[in-house]
Amino acid sequence: MIDFNLVPLLPEIFLSLVGMGLLIVGVSQGNVSTRVICWASAAGLAITALILLGVGWETRTVLNGMFVMDKFAGFMKLLILTGLIASLALSVRYIIQEGMERFEYPILIIFAGVGMMMMVSANNLLTLYMGLELQSLSLYVLAAFHRNSIRSSEAGIKYFVLGALSSGMLLFGVSLIYGFTGTIDFTSIGETVSTLEVIPYGLTFGLVFVLAGLAFKISAVPFHMWTPDVYQGAPTSVTALFAIVPKIAAFGLLMRLLFEPFMGMSDQWIQIIYFIAVGSMVVGAFAAIAQNNIKRLLAYSSIGNMGYALIGLVAGTAEGAGAVVLYLAIYMIMTAGVFAVVLSMRRQGMAVYRLKDLSGLSQTNPGMAYPLAILMFSLSGIPPAAGFFGKLVVFNAAVASGYYILAVIGVVSSVVAAYYYLRVIKVMFFDEPADAFDKGIPFARRAILFISVLFVLGFAIKPNLFVSSSFDAASVLFTG
Amino acid sequence: MVDFPVLSLMTFLPIAGVLIILAIRGDEEVVAQNTKHMALYSSLFTFAFALFMYTRFDGTSAEFQFVEQSSWLKPLGINYHMGVDGISIFFVLLSSFLTPICILSAWDVVKTRVKEFMIAFLVLESFMIGTFVALDAVLFYVFFEGVLIPMFLIIGVWGGKRRVYSAYKFFLFTLLGSVLMLVGLLALYSETGTTDIPTLMESNIPIGLQYWLWLAFFASFAVKMPMWPVHTWLPDAHVEAPTAGSVILAGVLLKMGGYGFLRFSLPVFPDASAFFTDFVFWLSVIAIVYTSLVALVQEDMKKLIAYSSVAHMGFVTLGLFTATSQGIEGGIFQMISHGLISGALFLSVGVVYDRLHTREISRYGGIVKNMPKYATVFMILMLGSVGLPGTSGFVGEFLVLLGAFQVDTTIAALAATGVILGAAYMLLLYRRVIFGPRVNDDALSMPDLNARELGLLVPLVLLIIWLGVFPGTVMDKISPSVDKLISNYNERLELNVDPAAGPALIEYEEEGTQ
Repeated sequence: MIDFNLVPLLPEIFLSLVGMGLLIVGVSQGNVSTRVICWASAAGLAITALILLGVGWETRTVLNGMFVMDKFAGFMKLLILTGLIASLALSVRYIIQEGMERFEYPILIIFAGVGMMMMVSANNLLTLYMGLELQSLSLYVLAAFHRNSIRSSEAGIKYFVLGALSSGMLLFGVSLIYGFTGTIDFTSIGETVSTLEVIPYGLTFGLVFVLAGLAFKISAVPFHMWTPDVYQGAPTSVTALFAIVPKIAAFGLLMRLLFEPFMGMSDQWIQIIYFIAVGSMVVGAFAAIAQNNIKRLLAYSSIGNMGYALIGLVAGTAEGAGAVVLYLAIYMIMTAGVFAVVLSMRRQGMAVYRLKDLSGLSQTNPGMAYPLAILMFSLSGIPPAAGFFGKLVVFNAAVASGYYILAVIGVVSSVVAAYYYLRVIKVMFFDEPADAFDKGIPFARRAILFISVLFVLGFAIKPNLFVSSSFDAASVLFTG
Repeated sequence: MVDFPVLSLMTFLPIAGVLIILAIRGDEEVVAQNTKHMALYSSLFTFAFALFMYTRFDGTSAEFQFVEQSSWLKPLGINYHMGVDGISIFFVLLSSFLTPICILSAWDVVKTRVKEFMIAFLVLESFMIGTFVALDAVLFYVFFEGVLIPMFLIIGVWGGKRRVYSAYKFFLFTLLGSVLMLVGLLALYSETGTTDIPTLMESNIPIGLQYWLWLAFFASFAVKMPMWPVHTWLPDAHVEAPTAGSVILAGVLLKMGGYGFLRFSLPVFPDASAFFTDFVFWLSVIAIVYTSLVALVQEDMKKLIAYSSVAHMGFVTLGLFTATSQGIEGGIFQMISHGLISGALFLSVGVVYDRLHTREISRYGGIVKNMPKYATVFMILMLGSVGLPGTSGFVGEFLVLLGAFQVDTTIAALAATGVILGAAYMLLLYRRVIFGPRVNDDALSMPDLNARELGLLVPLVLLIIWLGVFPGTVMDKISPSVDKLISNYNERLELNVDPAAGPALIEYEEEGTQ
């Protein structure tokens, strides 16, 4: 049966066209048009989001089942697009300040976005790989975007080499899965797996390799080594992007993969996810204590946070999946706010990143210090901030499925993590003031910071708003 | 009864005050003045609401009153549920009474970042009241742990020399305890399918699970209380915190632990509570005797009072776990009385600290001559802390010991020695500070209490005496709720005498009926 109804694909098609169109504009106009292209890209992303809302989120597959559109994909794509718009808005002033005002920047973000949207809609191992690579290649280039900086180039190379390795592993896993099930279509794989009486080792191996590849993308232990270096080396605006968006896409992919075709093998993958969740939480908590660079600190924080999100996967229930989605959404919004502050840490026109540079910020620049403090409390999961509710739902999912030990490890590591989040607050509030930062935070950054803090504080008033929608979105993975 | 949400109003009125304070603009001087007034008014309004609630409270009923309920976290079935009963109402009153006092005590003392200080206190008040009126376990947890944020900042920003260390210690100790409770809470939720406290009190939880859950909740409440051996954060936090911070810490925050025992441990896990009774008794007795001995050798006034708090809290835990009406009522009364007495004691230490900027006992001596009013107030407080009949301190300790003697004579006898030790260290403190050798000239030239300080201390002193003479004011409203708690507790115990956990329980009950 040939299906030419491309409506569910419209957002991706439109976004690709925007990317290509802007590429032409950029090539003809040169780097002077960067600003315009940035805002045009943001507008393009926003329109894509509107189209996404318009195409309807009922479950449909197109292209012979290679691409699926459902509530889950819709919700994740909305998050991705929001994250991309936020990171673009955070970037504009920064790339000008740092002298890397080149028109490719927003266009690469757009293509990465197309890749991410493909990832969460992938219903076939090929689509999965295509989306993943489109995203990854754009991000490799972005990491090295500050090409005059050795660190940035190093970050790009490191990310690329390790990323290529992980893609290789993933591809190897895909080939094993294909070999043992005879299909690359998620639905067919799911049917095959559920009819197997004994899971062949080859299939398990294939799944392990695929998970290794994906664990790299979400920077989960033990595939996290690249994260601190790349976070530190990449231009800060790109770091912000890395921290905010790709993880949502990778999680979307991971969840669809595990809950749909491989649900029948949950005994196998739960052990793996359990291990990487514990590893990520513990490493994320302890390694961050020794960091003095805020970007590295945030890198470990993101490793730890991925660990918490993975707890929801271990639970293996609709509740757990909903918890993951909610956790990621909250994490994304908090991180965007944190990076709005980090990007504004400039002294005499130079960006500074040491934790010490924040000394006494509550006195020199309360407008930055208070929001950051609120976000840090939220990241450490202290109620009534939004971060607490994220942790509440994932731990709840774990406990409901009987993973008490995992929940205890989780909460204890969150206490350890609280130590370094508190350190940021301590430096800002308890220490003697250092020189003030440069004035003049651009409007876009202030707006993002404001929205983020408002969300964090206001979440507790009407939590239903977000909790229901993310639980709804995740539930389709279990009904279909 | 009233037809508007008085509990929510009380809880969030201070937050409204914060919002108004945030809008205040102008010169630093003007902002500081307006902020102080705004903070004072909003805390006074809150207290007025609390008094209003008190007058409308039906003291003959053991039911939750002024109940509010609405949907909150729908997918998890968690509701916004508030209400007070005889157990919680006095904690609400205590919180809303001490906050304006703290704000006034900081009036001329806190000079840096006044606005932030006041905001922190109002947020703290809101969370404290929320903790005591929340009737949903998750909501309770949100407030209970949220308290850490303002307190961390109060100690860390306005504290003494080792403030950073103390703030961290306070935060991480309590957080570690709390998160274990969170896991317990979630396990409880997955077992019963609800986090509604009144429903939880009715539900029967398997005994094996009860033990674990009891321990998880105990981790949190024991740290908060604090019980020996997890009390070490308290002396540090008290010594470094500014006066107002110490007052609220000793006055209200410590009571959250005891309140938690009453709300969760005893009613929800009765079998586990019975099983662990001896364990709690011994910890309490060790706390009473050991920390009293430690208090004897302290050179720092605040540290001495901090250790005495641990000892007094030992009486509270002892009383609560006797599960007799005298013991529990005594425990609650002791908490309220300790809230007033230790709060006032920390205020008095603050008074001399503001003048001399030291808390070292040996730097004072003989100040009765130049500060007669201070000496009088301090004496009443000291005697209250010792537990002299006629002060509120006596009623609580006496009832607790009465309850304890019914259950376990050895424990009660050991605890009673704590009363003597308590008298020893407090009298020693009083002698060294107020009388003692007149050697320090600067101490001898300190002016007596001014009008503001008198205004702060006198209401507290009067209340301490009032409650000592007319304990019925409090007791009458507590007893119905406590009776209900105990009858539920005993009913559930009888229901669950299963052979496996039998010996400990049966033995205990036999002792209890002697």
